[in-house]
Amino acid sequence: MTAYLQSLWSTLLSTLTDVLPIILILVGFQAFVLRRRIANLPKVVLGFLLVVLGLTLFLEGLDHALFPIGKLMAQQLTTPEFLGLAGEDSVRKWQDFIWVYGFAFTIGFASSIAEPSVMAVALKASEISGGTIQPGGLRVAVALGAALGITLGAFRIISGIPIQHFIIPGYILVLIQTWLAPRGIIALAYDSGGVTTSTVTVPLVTALGLGLSSHIPGRSPMVDGFGLIALTCLFPIMTVLGYAQLGHWRVRRANRSRKTLENP
Amino acid sequence: MYLYLLIYPYDGHHGNTRVCEIPYPNQIFAMKRILAQISVSLAHSIRDLTPIVAVIAVFQLLVLKQPIPNLLEMLWGLLLVLLGLTFFIQGLKLGLFPIGESLAWNFAEKGSLPWLLIFAFALGFGTTIAEPALIAVANETAMVAAMGGWIENQPQAQQHYAHGLRVTVALSVGCAVVIGVLRILLGWPIQYLIIFGYLGVVLATAFAPPEIIGIAYDSGGVTTSTITVPLVASLGIGLASSIEGRNPVTDGFGMIALASLTPMMFVMVYGALL
Repeated sequence: MTAYLQSLWSTLLSTLTDVLPIILILVGFQAFVLRRRIANLPKVVLGFLLVVLGLTLFLEGLDHALFPIGKLMAQQLTTPEFLGLAGEDSVRKWQDFIWVYGFAFTIGFASSIAEPSVMAVALKASEISGGTIQPGGLRVAVALGAALGITLGAFRIISGIPIQHFIIPGYILVLIQTWLAPRGIIALAYDSGGVTTSTVTVPLVTALGLGLSSHIPGRSPMVDGFGLIALTCLFPIMTVLGYAQLGHWRVRRANRSRKTLENP
Repeated sequence: MYLYLLIYPYDGHHGNTRVCEIPYPNQIFAMKRILAQISVSLAHSIRDLTPIVAVIAVFQLLVLKQPIPNLLEMLWGLLLVLLGLTFFIQGLKLGLFPIGESLAWNFAEKGSLPWLLIFAFALGFGTTIAEPALIAVANETAMVAAMGGWIENQPQAQQHYAHGLRVTVALSVGCAVVIGVLRILLGWPIQYLIIFGYLGVVLATAFAPPEIIGIAYDSGGVTTSTITVPLVASLGIGLASSIEGRNPVTDGFGMIALASLTPMMFVMVYGALL
C-alpha cells in the first residue's frame, strides 16, 4: 500500500513538471505580452488542478491496465501451444500468426470507427466535397486504413522487414494520390491520419508491438517493436485520398454518360 | 437547462468538442454545471474505451480462452485510465483550452510577427511536453532501450533518455507550428511542404541508426493528440480566418500534418547524435 502511494506521489510530482511549461507559457503570454487579466480565474485554477490530477491517474492506470493488456495479448497470441506448433524451436512462418493479424485488424477498426474526431472530420469532408463524399463511407475508409496499418505493422514485426521499406513506398503512393486527388480534400486527408491514434489507442498499440517483438524469436523490441503507430497514421491518408478520388471519378463518369445521353 | 453551442464543427480529438456555455450568475449553478460537464466527459471516455475493451474481451473469451493473470489489477487500472482521462479533458476545457484559444485568436488577429512566431513555437513546445501519450511512450521506450543495452540500465539514465526524447519531439512540434504559421501567412501550398518533409524523412532514414527509426516514425503519430491538436488547430484556423483570401478549412488544417512530420526527422537526428 505504501509502495503504491509512493508511486502515485512520484507520478504526481513528475506530472506537475510536465504540465508546468504550458501553464507558464499561456499565463506568461496572457499577463506580460497581451497584458490582460485572466477571466474567470477560479475556474481556470480548478481546470489546471483537474489536468494534473487526471494526467496522474491516467499514467498510473496505463501502467496497471493498457500496457500489461497489450503485452499479455501479444504473448498469449504467440505462444507455441496457441499456434498449435510443437516445441519452442519449431520453425514459425508469418502465416502461422493469423490471429495476431485478426486482433490487430479488429482493434484498429473498432477504435477508429467510433472515434468522435473521425466523425467530425467525415462530416467536414462531405461538406467540402459537395456531396461526392458520404460521411459514413469516409468513416469506413478511415477505420479501414487504421486497421490495415496496424495489421501490416504486425506483419512487419513478425517478418522482421525494416519499417522504412513500408513507410517510404507508402509516402510515394500518398504523393501520387495527392497529385490526382481533388484539391479541397488534401489537408483534411493528411490530418485524418493523425486523428485515428487517440490517447487510449497509442499505449495499447505500442505495448502490442513491443510484446510481439519480444516474444517472437529473432526480433528485438528496439529495432522491430515500433512502427505500428506510424503505419496507423499513414494508411488512413491513403484510404481517404482513394475514397475521395473514387467519389470524384464516379461523379465525372455520371456527368459524361448524362452528356452522351443528351447529345448522342 | 444547459445550453451548449458548438463553436467549431471540426474537433481535433475525442471529447474536445469546444463548447461555449451560457453563464449562470449563481455559484451553485456553476458548480452543478461543472459536475454535469464532468459526467459528459465521463460518457466520452467510456465511449472511447468501450470498443477496445470489447475487442480484447471477445478475443480473450472466444479465441484465446486463457485465464488473465491479475484481472483485478487490470480492471483497477482501467478505472484509473477512465477517471484520469475524464478529469484531464474536463480540466483542459475549464483552464487550458479557453486561455489557449483566446491567445491564439488574439495573436492571429493583431499580434506583431515576432511575437506571433514566438507564441507559435511556445504553444507547440508546451502542449507536446504535456501530451499524455508521448509521456507514456517515451517512458516505455526508455525501458526497452535500457533492457536492450542501448542505454545504461539505471533509472537515472532511463529518465534522461525519456526526457531527451520528449524535448526533441517538443522542439520539432514547435518548429512545425512556426512553419505552419509562415505557410498560412505567405500562402505556400501544403503539398510542397509535405513533399519536402517526406524527402527530409527519407534522407534522415538513410543516416539514422536502425534502433531509432521505428521510434522516430512512431513519434510523429504520438504527438498529435489530446492537447496539441485542438490548440494548434485553433491557432491555424484563427490565423486563416483573420487573413483576407485564406480559407479556414483548407488553410487552417495541415498544421497537424506538419506537426507529425517534423518529429520523425528530429528524433532520427537525436538518435544519430546520441
